Amino acid sequence: MISAQQLSVGFRTRRKEHILFDNLDLHLTPGELVCFMGSNGVGKSTLLKTLAGLLPPLAGKVNAHNKDVALVLTDKITATNMTVYDLVSFGQYPYLDWRISLSPSNIEVIEDALRQVHLESLRNQKLSELSDGQLQLVMIAKALAQQTPVILLDEPTAHLDLNNRVEVMNLLRSLSRKMGKSILVATHELDLALQTADLIWLATGDKKIKTGIPEDLVLEGSFDEVFQFKGFDLKTGKVEHEAHRKKEVQLLGTNYSFLWTKNALERSGYDVVEEAEIQITVFGGSKIAWKLNESQFESLATLLAALSRQ
Amino acid sequence: MGNSSPALKFIGLFLLMILLFVADVGLGSTNIALREIFAELFYKNSTVGEIIWNFRLPKATTCLLAGAALAAGGLLMQTLFRNALAGPDVLGLSSGASLMVGFVLMLGQTSIAFLAVVSTSPWSQVVAASLGGVLVFVLIIAVARFVRDNTSLLIIGLMISAGTSSLVAMLQFVSRAEDLQSFIIWSMGSVGSTNWQEVKILALVVLIGIGIAMSQVKSLNALLLGESYARSLGINLSSSRLWIVVSTSLLAGSVTAFCGPIAFVGLAVPHLIRLAFPTANHKILLPLAAMGGSSMLLLCDLLAHLPNRTQVLPINVITSLIGAPLVIWMIIGNKKVSV
Repeated sequence: MISAQQLSVGFRTRRKEHILFDNLDLHLTPGELVCFMGSNGVGKSTLLKTLAGLLPPLAGKVNAHNKDVALVLTDKITATNMTVYDLVSFGQYPYLDWRISLSPSNIEVIEDALRQVHLESLRNQKLSELSDGQLQLVMIAKALAQQTPVILLDEPTAHLDLNNRVEVMNLLRSLSRKMGKSILVATHELDLALQTADLIWLATGDKKIKTGIPEDLVLEGSFDEVFQFKGFDLKTGKVEHEAHRKKEVQLLGTNYSFLWTKNALERSGYDVVEEAEIQITVFGGSKIAWKLNESQFESLATLLAALSRQ
Repeated sequence: MGNSSPALKFIGLFLLMILLFVADVGLGSTNIALREIFAELFYKNSTVGEIIWNFRLPKATTCLLAGAALAAGGLLMQTLFRNALAGPDVLGLSSGASLMVGFVLMLGQTSIAFLAVVSTSPWSQVVAASLGGVLVFVLIIAVARFVRDNTSLLIIGLMISAGTSSLVAMLQFVSRAEDLQSFIIWSMGSVGSTNWQEVKILALVVLIGIGIAMSQVKSLNALLLGESYARSLGINLSSSRLWIVVSTSLLAGSVTAFCGPIAFVGLAVPHLIRLAFPTANHKILLPLAAMGGSSMLLLCDLLAHLPNRTQVLPINVITSLIGAPLVIWMIIGNKKVSV
């Protein structure tokens, strides 16, 4: 378990203290996935390292034993010849003496960690041959092999494509539920965090952290204060478009085909309203089609082209 | 070296080392048949026995020990600093040794009465080199306690090297031509000037050094992940850094004391080993590097002795001449080199 009282975090140089977070009271609950969000340079990595005991707190204290916390950092690992299995077996190092001989029980833990991230088939692959997404999964397996109640991850989804980002976050959420681990993820990925986190820690910029469930923080406008969105409406989850064509369009249809058509129209500068002269109908089903002024269109591109000629 | 099993390669390298050792004893400026060598090993009184017992065996054993020490030291430094260009000399020990030997060889005979006495002793170069190495070692250890990360330590070591090198250059500038020549010859390295007493000391120090290194395999492996991960895996960084530095100092310092600054083996052999043996585990890498280093230095010594000639080329000429193309060939045949 991990908690912190009156914790101040930052750097101390010979001349002065550089405080990033001041007087924090934090705790992580077993089985919960917490996403730690904040703008760049606010000190997310520093707080993570302080919680993990790698950096000394400026004041206050962290209640965690070194063996309670596993870390996944942004440090690049370039070791020649190191395999997936080698890296995951590092997780068992805190339990080994200087001879580093793996006993059957150590091996069982390592195998189990590989199974959890579905990388059994890649065990003998060299790290240099893995994709960024696979490498991140291996790092998570290493953290699992440490058998700690707490896992702290720094930007685990950076540099990954959407598919891998979703895979990593879903994996972390299921691990927290299934194994009762406390998982703290420092991340920039607002959309993913909002959809997967049980709790958000939001660095508010005044050296404090606001905690709450994602939806509460959205509705309170806390994210808008921190991130100062430019042209993005968090409450609707949409990028704002200017209806520069000054044309109103009425759209008829249902479910996702309706939503994507609305998206296309707004992006192209039309104002989609309840009632207008121009009427577009979307036919959903196995073959999507659009109708405008009695003519039928097979794709949105042709529909938009016809609209702009009107 | 294709896909044969690691154990087979391990044995292969060991046999190669033994073969090179036998060849190094058997071949030289005097032609001696292998049969004769085995016979003469037990009759020390004949001329051939004399050559073998007092010259070739100590020389081959020195190669065995020095090669192992340099390659193991190079591996330790490359891993500690996560730097492919690090070698056993990055801590500045051999530079310190060079400086002290430079004092003895270049100033001793001419100007300073005290040094003149010292420099006439047969142990003078060994003592001077050890002293220089120890001085730099004490300096590095003192510094290592205050710097927080390994990169700073690496830079400090390089700065110490640069400082002592400029002092050596100054000595060279003011020294007599014949003193300068004897210093240059010392700085080219030599494995042929050791007697059994020296070999015993070298063996003891090298074994202690490698023993300490083996006790640090866990830290060395973890250091491959970087300092943050190593600490999060429960490694006590300052203590393991200290032991790694102590081990490298013993290994590199003792070799420099007895053989002069032998270049290249410590830098190249760890890379050759990592290219030939697909492992990142220092429990395996360290003995492999030691055996590889021994083999490399034995091979270089063999090539330094031109057959049926009395001339012997300096060992440093050969190490780089053979090592460099070997490393280039392996890199081109394989892939990029990193730690």
